[in-house]
Amino acid sequence: MALAPHKRLVDKDRPPVAAPDPRPRPARTAPPWWFALPAMLLFAFVVLVPSVRGVYYAFTDWDGLDPDFSFVGLDNFAAMLDDPDAKQAVWHTLLIAVAITVVQNAVGLLLALGVNSAIKSRNLLRVFLFAPAVITPIVTAYLWRNLLGPDGAVNSLFGAVGLGGWRQDWLGDPELALWSVVGVTVWQYAGYSMVIFLAGLQSVPKEIHEAASMDGAGPVRRFWSVTRPLLAPALTINLMLSIIGGIKLFDQVYALTGGGPGHATDTISTLIYKDAFTLGEFGYSIALAVVLTIIVAVVSAGQYAALSRNERAAS
Amino acid sequence: MKRYGRRTLALELAMIAAALFVGFPVYVLVNLAVRPTSDTSSPISPTTSPTLDNFTQAWQQGALGGALANSLLVTVCSVVVVLAVSSLAAYPLARITARWSRGTYLTILLGLALPFQLASLPLYQTMRDLGLLGTPWALVLFYAGLQVPFTVFLYVGFLRALPGDFEDAALIDGCTPLQSFRYVVLPMLKPITVTALVLNTVAVWNDFFTPLLYLSGSAQQTLPVAIAGFVGQYVTDWNLIFAALVISILPVLLVYFLLQRSIINGFAGGLKG
Repeated sequence: MALAPHKRLVDKDRPPVAAPDPRPRPARTAPPWWFALPAMLLFAFVVLVPSVRGVYYAFTDWDGLDPDFSFVGLDNFAAMLDDPDAKQAVWHTLLIAVAITVVQNAVGLLLALGVNSAIKSRNLLRVFLFAPAVITPIVTAYLWRNLLGPDGAVNSLFGAVGLGGWRQDWLGDPELALWSVVGVTVWQYAGYSMVIFLAGLQSVPKEIHEAASMDGAGPVRRFWSVTRPLLAPALTINLMLSIIGGIKLFDQVYALTGGGPGHATDTISTLIYKDAFTLGEFGYSIALAVVLTIIVAVVSAGQYAALSRNERAAS
Repeated sequence: MKRYGRRTLALELAMIAAALFVGFPVYVLVNLAVRPTSDTSSPISPTTSPTLDNFTQAWQQGALGGALANSLLVTVCSVVVVLAVSSLAAYPLARITARWSRGTYLTILLGLALPFQLASLPLYQTMRDLGLLGTPWALVLFYAGLQVPFTVFLYVGFLRALPGDFEDAALIDGCTPLQSFRYVVLPMLKPITVTALVLNTVAVWNDFFTPLLYLSGSAQQTLPVAIAGFVGQYVTDWNLIFAALVISILPVLLVYFLLQRSIINGFAGGLKG
């Protein structure tokens, strides 16, 4: 099989650049299959085999230590339905993922349009606005934990500009804490979305804009009819990244609120950690990880289908 | 090109305001880190008598030097391994169209969708049985495998867009496949290698969940875990904590500002792929 004739994959949507070579290529030009072996072994050891074992443990009552454990069927999943913490965590996870996706991309797009315009400081601003995205998330989360405290800088700032009424216990108030987590995450990653949108914006040819401008299209019309369709690929990537990142969010919640107050900000990720390592419910916790996997898979598949339809319609 | 009119000026001011808003936490961070504990004025008023005491104290008490060295070791080793095995694997996976090759590639891509919690909990047990828990090598092994799907994905996409003529010529001229990879393919992959290097480095350096599990209770922490431990220990002494945060952010920001062009391009280009 490794000796298959060397053929390159041809993108079906695009005509080939040159006519295909009619002569069969010599078999020895194919790189040997075992080049892929080291990567495959690492991947199998770290991701594939443990994931399969994880799915198995989800149907057991293993505590993570005891070699004696038994198969319990769907008990772990049934227990989730009776576990208010688990149901709440699923709800929080979805809420956080959707909120982050919407806000982060809206802010990222506005920033990208700003730094793609004719302003003088655009290069400096690009560098500056992206900086939070490279800083360790756990570190920014600890920073914000202090800033959002009752006597923290955010409340001080409101006091200083005469908006004392806006002072809040941002992380201690169960109604607010979840939105504070969303806000901090958006602060960190809005620049990330901006950079991807910016790459998309720079692929929009100037001539089309100028032509539309001469035909009398205003800035809003030009954005909607010219820029927006050409931004579709960047939007696809941004939505995928932010929604999957939001579903898996761990560091920010762990450092900002630890899932509290009470369970007000617990997500599936933080609950997996707590159940496995503080309660010793390994089997149950891995069942939660399976639910997380299913949510990620369903969301990505649905999003992929919807967005590729949208991209086709836009192009 | 349009003139720099009043509208552009307004946009410029709005964007600078946005940047100040983004920078505000960093101002508070530095402001509190240089403040003596006795100074209890508002966190936003500038510190009157700045000191560097917090930094020396945080550096010593947090064992941050050792953590920094550990993070460096883990990041360099795992990124080198993952780039080497992924570029090598991408060569046959991109060039051979047999069914096994497509099947292998799709299996690897499946790894992109799996949340790492699913694999990392059972793997915890394997690492324990192998006696690797608590050592940086468990992390190197973990990241090298975990980052394979994404890195192979980047390399295969890039390689498929390149013509195979140079490799074919090299092989016909008598190169072994390994020589053709080393002297022909690898140099052509340089742009995507830079992107993969940046994205993997940021991902490994910043990760918190895995070292929290695999190194808990051990003396050999990575920087994010050491910081978390430090915050837990000095809960109320925020000036000291902020000094530790500054120390941990400094290397990242330094590298970022030096290499910002290729880092930003890497993020945009690598993910656009």
